[in-house]
Amino acid sequence: MSENQQLIKDLEEKARLIRGDIIKMLAEAGSGHPGGSLSSVEIVTALYFRVLRLQPDQPEWSDRDRFILSKGHAAPLLYAALAGRGFFPREELLTLRKLGTRLQGHPSRGMLPGVEASTGSLGQGLSMGLGIALAGKLDQRDYRVYVLLGDGESEEGQVWEAAMAAAHYRADNLTAVLDYNGLQIDGPIREVMSPLPLPEKWRSFGWAVREADGHDFRDLLDAFAWAAGVKDRPSMIVARTVKGKGVSFMENDAGWHGKAPNAQQAGQALDELGAGS
Amino acid sequence: MQKKSSTREAYGRTLVELGKNCPELVVLDADLSKSTKTSEFAGRFPDRFFDMGIAEQNMMGAAAGFALAGKIPCASTFAVFATGRAYDQVRTAIAYPGLNVKIVATHAGVSVGEDGASHQTVEDISLMRTLPNMTVIVPADALETAQAVTAAVEMQGPVYIRLGRPAFPDIFAEDYRFQIGRAALLRQGGDAVIFALGLMVSRALDAALLLAEEGTEAAVVNVSTVKPLDREMIIKMARKTGAVVTAEEHSIYGGLGSAVAEVLGENHPVPLERVGIRDRFGESGSPEQLLETCGLTAKHIAGAVRRVIERSGNP
Ligand SMILES: Cc1ncc(C[n+]2csc(CCOP(=O)(O)OP(=O)(O)O)c2C)c(N)n1
Ligand SMILES: [Mg+2]
Repeated sequence: MSENQQLIKDLEEKARLIRGDIIKMLAEAGSGHPGGSLSSVEIVTALYFRVLRLQPDQPEWSDRDRFILSKGHAAPLLYAALAGRGFFPREELLTLRKLGTRLQGHPSRGMLPGVEASTGSLGQGLSMGLGIALAGKLDQRDYRVYVLLGDGESEEGQVWEAAMAAAHYRADNLTAVLDYNGLQIDGPIREVMSPLPLPEKWRSFGWAVREADGHDFRDLLDAFAWAAGVKDRPSMIVARTVKGKGVSFMENDAGWHGKAPNAQQAGQALDELGAGS
Repeated sequence: MQKKSSTREAYGRTLVELGKNCPELVVLDADLSKSTKTSEFAGRFPDRFFDMGIAEQNMMGAAAGFALAGKIPCASTFAVFATGRAYDQVRTAIAYPGLNVKIVATHAGVSVGEDGASHQTVEDISLMRTLPNMTVIVPADALETAQAVTAAVEMQGPVYIRLGRPAFPDIFAEDYRFQIGRAALLRQGGDAVIFALGLMVSRALDAALLLAEEGTEAAVVNVSTVKPLDREMIIKMARKTGAVVTAEEHSIYGGLGSAVAEVLGENHPVPLERVGIRDRFGESGSPEQLLETCGLTAKHIAGAVRRVIERSGNP
């Protein structure tokens, strides 16, 4: 097996374990958002285990790359990735959403090492990412900033204000990833409030845009390498995904946006994932 | 165990009832129609329902437009987004010209539970109460919710109605008649008065029962209209008891506690204790755990009554 094949296999294994963690966390919490956590697993795994320059034992290291989970309801995924990278003990994952936890229902800046921004109110992450990116340029630091957006989230006007400003200020150290799973809460995005066509909109806002298969590590790693090379413009990776990916009964079902699996459903999900219970 | 009913479901059912006789009624939502229960109206009157997507500022602006064109728009989303995210649209497009928009927001307060601080507004009453022209209503149970929504649609002008996520204990009997601007005396008592709203009304009644066991008689008043406030009732009860407690699932800054303090300070200063959220954000936890952590239980209200009676000098 080539080095590259081994890398992809390792990432796929990480993704499988993270999916298992997400299911266990949500089942234990009894509430939360499986659909949009599962659809972004490969994107976030690629970032935390390959792309981001981090020092987990020094979470506030000033030259670190930043990741902002603008679609904050996918917090379980962020927490599983942070624990996987050693930002905090894995045992803590099962405190998700419980009174007194550092693992708040939506990411809370300052409570948990590795959480870069308070999100959960959709549409705000890209603006914060832009500020960090522009500050990095001012300080002549070479860190990069990554922001993960939802496709439903793209209906928020603030997303487009940030898109305009990032292109205006040529923030080429800023990369957004769009989880294009086609669903929001009330149904398919094209039926509820279509933000389509998305790649064309971002291009017309002055961004460099590339599409990718959001569940294919090869494609995602290529896309991140491409983004790092874009000059004078911010970059956007439109990642086609499946909401609920990896759990047959959750896939492509808006009903699993914000509902935790019960014990029996979690057991079935973990069996399918081969992630043990 | 007291019977509980969902105020959100009462809202959804009332919208459908009103929609039958009021062709001008239109309903807007921001991708939360199953949670706010505007989905009921959407199913029944699809032509008059507009899902505006995850874009609350645009929803409020469009609601203003519907009102300008003679419709009666009801705009719904979670309270934190209705009042916080779209504040300037509510302020300048709706409240300033006094447009006939009804904002019915759900999931207010810490009883949202596990979603945590980003989804728990404890400042919405304050934001809406300071807007000129705005009527602000916080119903105490499902029956009052249905009547408040009806009254809001029947009156002219902007209204903010605040609902919660959990079911509320039933308080009112079928013969109850809600009136905008009128507080309701739910329990007599001469030692102190508790002014409460929303989920805290049933807890205030529970507190009065606890106190009665100790021989303390606390009156309980449901102040479901925060604006215009029933000043007469507040002054009358303050004179009668000389000891006032407020109870709300909201910050002690800017909500019912502040409103009552303003009336007392200008008219009849007496000792006041405010039960509410003390200058902090919410957090994740079960609704009941958070209500306990934030000091919003019958026990806490009873404690405040004991303190205020002590301070009033006639224990
Ligand atoms: C400002 C704001 N409005 C509404 C919500 C409620 N909400 C949470 S998730 C969600 C749908 C998000 O859809 P999308 O961005 O497509 O996320 P994904 O499909 O990736 O889960 C909504 C409306 C919110 N969190 N913030
Ligand atoms: Mg989506």
